[in-house]
Amino acid sequence: MMFAAGATVRVKDDWPETRGPVHIRTPHYLRGLQGTVVRQLGTYPNPEDLAFARPPAQRALYHVTFDQPAVWEEGSAGDQLLVEIYEHWLEPA
Amino acid sequence: MDKDVPRAHHDLGGVSKFMCEPVDVEPHALTDFDKEVDALRQVLGMKRVMTVDELRRGIEAIPEADYHRLSYYRRWMRSIADNLLVKGVITEAELRAALERI
Repeated sequence: MMFAAGATVRVKDDWPETRGPVHIRTPHYLRGLQGTVVRQLGTYPNPEDLAFARPPAQRALYHVTFDQPAVWEEGSAGDQLLVEIYEHWLEPA
Repeated sequence: MDKDVPRAHHDLGGVSKFMCEPVDVEPHALTDFDKEVDALRQVLGMKRVMTVDELRRGIEAIPEADYHRLSYYRRWMRSIADNLLVKGVITEAELRAALERI
């Protein structure tokens, strides 16, 4: 699934770190939160595979913004976080 | 207020106990050790022995107490050593012998 700029997405509320050794580039504080796609940054070999020397799947990477006060209960209205997130961590919201 | 989630210990963003002190943003001079570790990582990458992602996984696998005790590049060195041992590039005996020569 490809997401267009402006699409509302949710970061999967998934915790692979509870199921065994993993390398995840999606920070814990975003899981389950809703954000907005800014742009696709290209397609890259999945670091979750590269970290274990497995043949990597190609995954689209996105810039996604999040309302910062909702993330950390800190900051002013309008403050945003901009985070790089791989497509397989996003779902339509 | 920290989220009650099963985060990995290295996944520190926004965790309150790491927000109590100001972040040190001054540039740090690199030691010879730091530069040698960086060079070693680059050689291992160029020779396709290990990826930077494997380096990061190895750093994240360092037990929590050691993780916080070790400097940035000592974490790299720990991960490089662990990766090379697991891949069979070096043996534990070779590593011990090399450490005894220091």
